[in-house]
Amino acid sequence: MAGLPVVEIDKVSFGYDAARPVLQGVSLRVEPGSVVGIMGQSGCGKTTLLRLIAGWLKAGAGATRVLGESVGELDSEGLFALRRKMGMLFQFGALFTDMTVFDNVAFQMREHTDLPPELISDLVMMKLEAVGLRGAAQMMPAELSGGMARRVALARAVALDPRLMLYDEPFTGLDPISLGVIARLIRTLNDSLGQSSIVVSHDVEECFGIVDYVYFVSAGQIVAQGTPAELRGSAASFVQQFVRGEADGPIPFHYPAPGYQADLDGEETQSSSLATAQACHG
Amino acid sequence: MAERTVLARLRTVLAGLLQGFERLGHGASAKIWRLGYAARFFAYLLLHSGTAFRRFGLTIREIYFTGVLSMTIILVSGLFVGMVLGLQGYDTLQRYGSSEALGVLVALSLVRELGPVVAGLLFASRAGSAITAEIGLMKATEQIAAMEMMAVDPIARVVAPRFWAGVISMPLLAALFSAMGIFGGYLVGVQLIGVDEGAFWSQMQASVDWREDVMNGVVKSVVFGVAVTWIAVFEGYDAPPTAEGVSGATTRTVVFSSLAILALDFVLTALMFTGGNAK
Ligand SMILES: Nc1ncnc2c1ncn2[C@@H]1O[C@H](COP(=O)(O)OP(=O)(O)OP(=O)(O)O)[C@@H](O)[C@H]1O
Ligand SMILES: [Mg+2]
Repeated sequence: MAGLPVVEIDKVSFGYDAARPVLQGVSLRVEPGSVVGIMGQSGCGKTTLLRLIAGWLKAGAGATRVLGESVGELDSEGLFALRRKMGMLFQFGALFTDMTVFDNVAFQMREHTDLPPELISDLVMMKLEAVGLRGAAQMMPAELSGGMARRVALARAVALDPRLMLYDEPFTGLDPISLGVIARLIRTLNDSLGQSSIVVSHDVEECFGIVDYVYFVSAGQIVAQGTPAELRGSAASFVQQFVRGEADGPIPFHYPAPGYQADLDGEETQSSSLATAQACHG
Repeated sequence: MAERTVLARLRTVLAGLLQGFERLGHGASAKIWRLGYAARFFAYLLLHSGTAFRRFGLTIREIYFTGVLSMTIILVSGLFVGMVLGLQGYDTLQRYGSSEALGVLVALSLVRELGPVVAGLLFASRAGSAITAEIGLMKATEQIAAMEMMAVDPIARVVAPRFWAGVISMPLLAALFSAMGIFGGYLVGVQLIGVDEGAFWSQMQASVDWREDVMNGVVKSVVFGVAVTWIAVFEGYDAPPTAEGVSGATTRTVVFSSLAILALDFVLTALMFTGGNAK
C-alpha cells in the first residue's frame, strides 16, 4: 500500500451547469500519511473538490482515484464501501438534530459494527474527550454553540478511525483556544492512526501549521503548490496576496459580474442594482 | 405606419401565445417526470424497508411521533363529529319515527366513511406535514448528505421507518376516531336526547357487518395511510434544501394528500359498496 497515493486526481473538470465550469483541469495527490491543505478564496470550488473525492459529484472529465478505487466508475454499493473508509467533516457540522451528542458520535458504530453497548459507550467518550466535550454528551445539537457543534461533528467524523479524512473548513467559527486544539488534533489523529487527510481552509496560519503540502485553488485551477515553507518563500504574487490577505492582486475578490457602472445605471436590472446599493450602505 | 404597428403587435401576441404553450408543455412534462420519480422513489423505499422491520425500534419511535402524538386531535375530533352525527341523525330519523336506528346511522357513517376520511385528513395535516418538514430540514441542513457520507442509506434509515410508522398508525387512528365518534353519538343520542339505550346498541350490532363495513373501513384507512405517508416522505425528500423549499413542500403535502384521500375515497367506495349491490 505504501507509496501508492491515497487520493489521485488527474486533470479533473467539473461544472454544476455547462455554462460555468467550477473546476478546470485540476490535478492533485495525497500521499499516504500526509495532511494536504487546499486553500483558496470563498467560492473557488473547494467544497466541490471534496464532493468529487467523496463520489458525491461525478467529474465531467479526468480521473479521480481514491484509496485505489476509481470513484467515477463505482456503483452505489461500491461507493458506500469506499465511504466507510472515509470520514468527512461538513462545513456546517450537519449533526443529526434529533439525537443527543452521544448518539451522534455513536451513530456509525451502531450502524456499521456489532460492538457491545459498553464498548461503544467507552469509544464515544474517548472521542468526545479528545474534542473536549465529554461533558456535553447528553446535550442536543440545538443546545450547542456553532463551535461546539463543529467539534462534535469532528468527533463523529473520526468515530470509526477512517483511513482518509476530509475536513471542510474545520477552523471557521472556533475561538483561538479550540482552534489550536482542533488543529493539533487533526494532525495527531492523522499521525497516530496512520490516516491521510485533506484540510480545506482559507485560514493561512492554522493551515500552514499542520499541513505537509498545500494546493492553492483559484478560478477553478491549481495556481500554486508546495510545502508551507516553500510557499512562504514563494515570490508568486497570488501566494503573497493570499498569505497577506490583500484584495488587490491576481486573485479577483469579486464574483464575475457585468460592469459595476452598468449595474448601477442599468434599467433592466432594477432589483440587482437595489441590492448593490443596499450592500454599499450595509 | 399603422399597418406596421398592428403587425408588430400581432407578432408579440403570437410570440406570447407560443411562449405560453411552451411553458404549458414544459410544466406538464415536468409534472409527469416528477410523478415517475415519485413512483421510483416508492419502489426503492419498499425494496429498502428491511431495516425498518429488522430494527423495529426505529419504526416504534416514529410511531410515537406520528401516531401517539396525533391521538389528542383524533380523539377530540372524533368525539365532536360523533356528537354532531347524533344530533343531525336524530333530527332526520325522528321524522320517520325510526329514532332507534340512530346507533346504526352513527356507526355506519363513521366506520365506512367519516372515520377513515376525517382521520386521514387530520393525519395529513398533523403528521404528514411534520414528516415532510422534518425530512426537508434534514436535507437542508446536510444531515441527509452526512448520512450518505457515512455510508448509511438515508432512505432505509430515515424514510422507511417514517413511512411504515405512518402506514401502521393510520388504521389505528381511524379506528380510534370511529370508536370515539360512536361514543359521542351515544352521549348525545342516548344520554342527552333519550333514545332507548338497548335499541341504540342492539340495532347497531345487528346491522353493522364485520366484513362489509368494518373491514372495508380498515382497507380504506390503510390505503389512505399509504397515500398520505408516501406523499409526505416524498415531498420532504424532494424538497429544495432551503427555507422556502421546505415550507412549499409542507404545503404541498397537506394539499396533495387531502386531495388524494378524497379522490381515493370515491374510488374505493365505488368499488366496495356498489359492487355489492350489483351482485
Ligand atoms: N449545488 C450547486 N449548484 C450550483 N452551483 C453550485 C452549487 N454548489 C456550489 N456551486 C457553485 O460552485 C462554486 C464553488 O462552490 P464551492 O461550494 O465549492 O466553493 P468553496 O470553495 O467551498 O467556497 P467556501 O469557501 O465559501 O465554502 C461557487 O461559485 C458556487 O456558486
Ligand atoms: Mg465550501
